[in-house]
Amino acid sequence: MDLSLAQVPRGLVHVIAERCKECNFCINYCPTDVLEYSTEINAKGYHYPVVAEGKEDACIQCRFCDLICPELAIYTTDASATQSKERDAG
Amino acid sequence: MSVTEQTVHPTADVHPIDHLLRADRLPHILCPGCGIGIVIHSYAQAIAESGMPENDHVCVSGIGCSGRAAGYVNVDSYHTTHGRALPFALGIAVHKPDLNVTVISGDGDLTAIGGNHLIHAARRNANLNVICINNFNYGMTGGQVGPTTPIGARGSTAPRGTTERPFNLPYLAKATGAVFVARWTILHVREFQQAILRSMQKKGFCFIEVLAPCPTSFGRANKIGDGLHEMEIYRERCRIEHGASNFEDLDIDLIDDKKSITVGNFVDIEREAFLS
Amino acid sequence: MPDNTAAKTAQPGAAARVLSGTHFMLGDHACAEGALAAGVDFFAGYPITPSTEIAEHLARRLPDVGGRFVQMEDELGSMAAIIGASAAGARSLTATSGPGFSLMMESIGLAAMMEIPCVVANVQRASPSTGLPTMVGQSDILQARWGSHGDYGVIAYCPESPQECFDLTVRAFNAADQYRVPVFILMDEVVGHMAERVVIPDATDVPFVPRKGPESAPDGDPFYCYAADEDLVPRIAHAGDGYKVHMTGLTHDERGYPALDAETHDQLINRLVDKIRMNAADIEMHDEIDLDDAETVVISLGCTARSARHAVNEARADGISCGFLRLITVWPFPEKRIRELVAKGNVKRFVVPEINLGQLRREVERLTQLPVLRLNHAGGAMPEPEKILELIRI
Repeated sequence: MDLSLAQVPRGLVHVIAERCKECNFCINYCPTDVLEYSTEINAKGYHYPVVAEGKEDACIQCRFCDLICPELAIYTTDASATQSKERDAG
Repeated sequence: MSVTEQTVHPTADVHPIDHLLRADRLPHILCPGCGIGIVIHSYAQAIAESGMPENDHVCVSGIGCSGRAAGYVNVDSYHTTHGRALPFALGIAVHKPDLNVTVISGDGDLTAIGGNHLIHAARRNANLNVICINNFNYGMTGGQVGPTTPIGARGSTAPRGTTERPFNLPYLAKATGAVFVARWTILHVREFQQAILRSMQKKGFCFIEVLAPCPTSFGRANKIGDGLHEMEIYRERCRIEHGASNFEDLDIDLIDDKKSITVGNFVDIEREAFLS
Repeated sequence: MPDNTAAKTAQPGAAARVLSGTHFMLGDHACAEGALAAGVDFFAGYPITPSTEIAEHLARRLPDVGGRFVQMEDELGSMAAIIGASAAGARSLTATSGPGFSLMMESIGLAAMMEIPCVVANVQRASPSTGLPTMVGQSDILQARWGSHGDYGVIAYCPESPQECFDLTVRAFNAADQYRVPVFILMDEVVGHMAERVVIPDATDVPFVPRKGPESAPDGDPFYCYAADEDLVPRIAHAGDGYKVHMTGLTHDERGYPALDAETHDQLINRLVDKIRMNAADIEMHDEIDLDDAETVVISLGCTARSARHAVNEARADGISCGFLRLITVWPFPEKRIRELVAKGNVKRFVVPEINLGQLRREVERLTQLPVLRLNHAGGAMPEPEKILELIRI
């Protein structure tokens, strides 16, 4: 196995802030600690997850935050795919 | 990979699975830290992965917080009376055997007021997928104890702690004839989704118990704090044992922190399904 | 009598189900044959005297014509199962007697609230509680109307003969589908266990009223399964049809979504009651003998009507001015006809024989200041014609 060819997937985090109820599951269980609470609150008064400063490239697109969100308020997409397409196009 | 520019994370107002949900009803009524939303989410994901037409899926619920599940999934869905989700679903499944009928309801609904239907649906191997959300109490009415409340745990109708022995649901489901029996927690979300998917693929009575926090009622009465605290209990104490050898050992004691909680896919057998 | 169930379409595949011809048949079996002729797809039930013959007959007959028979664990489950099957498009039936009828009340309310058609045959026995399981009663009349909690409308037919057990069962299925409502066949032990001539028509002559389905395709305009038409009855789509309906026993809006506010509740519940009340002229059925000039009017239903008719004929032969009003539907109650009789002025008194302690009389008294003479028996025996005649002669 040639590890130099292995790529860690890179994810984009999408947050639907108005659905969040601040249960903390996504923040707590993110394996790469990508997320933290927002300083802002949503209309219901909850602090929703945001990507922490310095963690912008840390999402590995494992989707756990998505699957474990009771509110369907967060999901991730594959950034490496998007960006390699952009590279190809460029 | 050589991404040099910093990734910009977009905001969103639609989730990719929204088409399988009645997204116009979100946010749902369930409390922060409640696990039922994850069950709804997992069911929708399982539908998406099932490869079956959406219109072949039907969701039936009973009453209680878990009973609200049917109201949030965008398939033909029926929110019935307390305890009667199973016979209602049986009527659908028998009349239209090609439909994939999933019952999502709570421990009180399915095992107390609906207990008779549960054992008979399992006995006759009705072609139903049952997701029994066990939050150890009656949440919607304010945290009364029920047939799954662990001995010693408190509820508003057992202020000194219940003394009744709770059901061991996988044991009950196996003994009464279910062809697929699993227990997961909402923290084991991938395994739980796979179990739902397996139940959708199987003919016959499939029973999945899924443990879910009820921070507002059960948690508060039993010093479990918030939903995350109960998730941590699952993380620390759950032990996976597929095809469990001794079903009597599957009792759950959520309160005694020295006791492990066994999860896994326990039964997966073939038996002729009822009128399907 | 208005005929709201004239044949609109021939029932598909009906020939195998319809035992056309003349039979000597038990009332319970005639009910089962009526259900088969009406196209019943699904039966769920629990054995109970004196209705068991309906279940037994369908257990034998239904699988042969492509239907499904399920013996459930109890009446709670039976009732829920027939609603579920109906939600998936089945014409569905259960059969029971008093104790089982009590257990079914919970889901009867659900059927009323979800507006899912279904038919319940209640072969009444002497009650309350276990009562006289093998002997006649007519004491579930008010329970049929008011038994589940809350306000809602229902339809209840009261056959007086095996022939009517057949005919009214067909009618019950059509009415259930037409009005999206639970419909009762309120039989009694005497009628259920009586064998008489039953003439079953050709399949093409069995009336069939289909449910009103959606007007557009599943991917067309949004379909609201609780948006009522002018007749106050909404269109229905079934599980698997592709309309992704949501139905709930909670108060709901036109989409079926829970809408937990007083205004929505008031509108919805009024419609559930009004859809029967406003259409009562089309639904209500009764039989009359010589009411135009009668001073004494006997009102009765079910097996009691057989004694009552005999007494009325005897009285008239003796020159007594006496007429007979036999209720075929007890719900909706023939209020209009009774008010008319009272208003005409020639009626001096009503006589109401029944096998309960005054349930029908109570309804009649509600409509008139005239004396309502009663002949009650708590159950176990038919009222004798002589006793009714004695009252007529007073």
